[in-house]
Amino acid sequence: MKLLEDIIVIDFSQFLSGPSAALRLADMGAQVIKIERPGTGDICRELYVSDVMIAGESTIFHAINRNKQSYAADLKDPEDLEKIKQLLAKADVMMHNFRPGVMERIGLDHETVKKINPSIIYASISGYGNEGPWKDLPGQDLLLQAASGLTWLNNNNDESPTPMGVAVVDIMAGTHLAQGILASLYKSTITGEGALIQVNMFESILDFQFEVLTSYYNDGRQLPVRSAINSAHAYIAAPYGIYKTKDGHIALAMGDIIQLATLLQCELLKQFSDSNDWFSKRDEIKKILADHLLTNSAAFWLNILEKADVWCAPVINYDELVKQEGYKVLNMEITVKTNNGLEVRTTRCPIRVDGKLLVSEKGAPQLGEHNDMIEKQFQLEKIFQDK
Amino acid sequence: MMNLPLKGLVVLEFSQYLSGPSAGLRLADLGARVIKIERPGKGEAGRKLSIKNIWVDDNSLLFHTINRNKESFTADLKNDDDVRLLKKLLAKADVLIHNFRPGVFEKTGFGYEAVKQINPRIIYAAISGYGKEGPWKDKPGQDLLLQSITGLAFTTGNGTNGPVPFGVSIADILCGAQLVQGILAALIRRQKKGIGALIEISLLESIIDFQFELLTTYYTSGQQPQRSKVNNGHPLLSAPYGIYKTADGYIALAMMDIQVLAKAIHCNGLHTFAQDQAFAQRDIIKKILADHIGTQKTSYWLTALQEQDLWAMEVLDWEKMLQQEAYKVLEMEQEVRAGDKKFFTTRCPIRINGKRLYADKQAPQLGEHTEKIKADFLIDD
Repeated sequence: MKLLEDIIVIDFSQFLSGPSAALRLADMGAQVIKIERPGTGDICRELYVSDVMIAGESTIFHAINRNKQSYAADLKDPEDLEKIKQLLAKADVMMHNFRPGVMERIGLDHETVKKINPSIIYASISGYGNEGPWKDLPGQDLLLQAASGLTWLNNNNDESPTPMGVAVVDIMAGTHLAQGILASLYKSTITGEGALIQVNMFESILDFQFEVLTSYYNDGRQLPVRSAINSAHAYIAAPYGIYKTKDGHIALAMGDIIQLATLLQCELLKQFSDSNDWFSKRDEIKKILADHLLTNSAAFWLNILEKADVWCAPVINYDELVKQEGYKVLNMEITVKTNNGLEVRTTRCPIRVDGKLLVSEKGAPQLGEHNDMIEKQFQLEKIFQDK
Repeated sequence: MMNLPLKGLVVLEFSQYLSGPSAGLRLADLGARVIKIERPGKGEAGRKLSIKNIWVDDNSLLFHTINRNKESFTADLKNDDDVRLLKKLLAKADVLIHNFRPGVFEKTGFGYEAVKQINPRIIYAAISGYGKEGPWKDKPGQDLLLQSITGLAFTTGNGTNGPVPFGVSIADILCGAQLVQGILAALIRRQKKGIGALIEISLLESIIDFQFELLTTYYTSGQQPQRSKVNNGHPLLSAPYGIYKTADGYIALAMMDIQVLAKAIHCNGLHTFAQDQAFAQRDIIKKILADHIGTQKTSYWLTALQEQDLWAMEVLDWEKMLQQEAYKVLEMEQEVRAGDKKFFTTRCPIRINGKRLYADKQAPQLGEHTEKIKADFLIDD
């Protein structure tokens, strides 16, 4: 039995934050039904504008929305709204990521939905929460990275604030939402109670920085200083960073500078015998190391370091990654099929259950693909007579 | 005091550093009783790992940050008496979490099969670096190394930079968060079917999953994602996506139509670019934009952009962020008293029934709760 078998999730969310949470629930066995506006659907279907498309839709949409169903409904149409309410009456979870106030205007706010279904888990993601001066600002990944100080943690000190090149805020917020939903679902198996789960992207990206923010709160509020050389973490001593070699890059995590000096035969490093200097003089140390590592190949250095159990790795790109045996044994890639015959290569759920991979062949739904099926399954009825 | 959703659950945490312990912290904040099982004498290695050499007591501030709201039980996995006690404790626990390298925990007699014999309803959750098989399985599961071998370092920074890693432990944190998802889903099934589960995840799978948008695009096109050479914000996104220097700071510009943008900020140099060139020509467009945005202050641009509902934001550091009313209304900070000291940290980011979840119970001293736990669970009936 799948972990979330028989759990029904009604998902009104768009883009990445909410839908990534729903994807995880789907992968663990829930029936996830996307509620989409007729005509356009989830804006993500065409939002991302990379030059790679799958049948006119963004690759990203297909990655995020595989293994889900689509029910097209116009929430401003009373008849459609009534059917949605009938659906919610039979659901376990409802989720949305509209800006504060939107669901109230539509008439699907928590108070209303709770009356329809007192045991439902009602989950929402907003950008900045429901109060305060930023509550109506767009909850967009890069903008949250900008607002939360995150961009001052990446790249070298002489570089501009540098955002992370993956939508980390959306993904963390979606992860937190799924945690809240699942914890409440667990409780409801005992008590039968519903719950309101609220996550906002601002809190999620602050939580993501909890180690370094806690340091900032308590160190006299000294702003983080990124290393000038090969910066990888503002709060960690040399040699931590990525180094260029004669033919590529290698990463060095925490390590003993004197051991490195010996192993790499780097005489200049031997003067740094006091480990307290490894943080305070990290730029000086890393510069010496960087110059030294340029003199030979990545494989040469890694061979020496790995033998001595030093924490190191090659820095590789996707072309190289997919050739690695260590990658292949994961069986991380899956092929999903859409209703109109498309095959999309994507990644699977990273969680294994009882030694088995969680894989599904179901591709992303076409807009409204499951309307008939869902109306039958849930016996949704028109309450208004046709004129 | 709210009735937290995981109240009554007992979690045994055989984990160190960040990935496993961050999962334990989330479960604790959601109401579970989380007990760290630690080696006598030294305890969890994270106790002695500090950043900026900040210590609360014998333990680093970092340890206190990750391990608040937990208890500590000392047991030597090589001592028969201790192992016997642990087995009795396992019989009454709901969840076990460990992040030992593959094979290590099995050798001590606490592999899944052995633990399942003791407690068939247990949720046994394991984090590894690279999974249990393949040539990488014994490599150290360290965050920067995982970023480096999965291509992640080629998503951040400009195309003119070398690989640039994330300056936060993304693999550890995401993996811990995903482990929590698996544990909770397994607890739901246990309620319905009465069966336990084995939940496994690796830092490698988590950090590949994290890049699922980029990788799906890569599998489709066969082309490496390319970072923009100018103000890169995301390899897959068109101009203007990125961070721009103004006359007195920086602003972030997310997705928007080039001509709408040009009009809003009176950037004549952009008038010749059509929207369908916004990806292919992004470096040229962004260079024109960067030069233009450098001429005025942040507040000037923000007003012009936000008036048109364009997606823009000032780039703040923590000092400026903490002054914002929008930060203050979150009430994200909580004070933790640790012995005769106190420190501030963040709270759980999930709100339940409109309430914020605070938990200011300090991280345990090594073995602080051993006797209490024995009394609660291990007294022979």
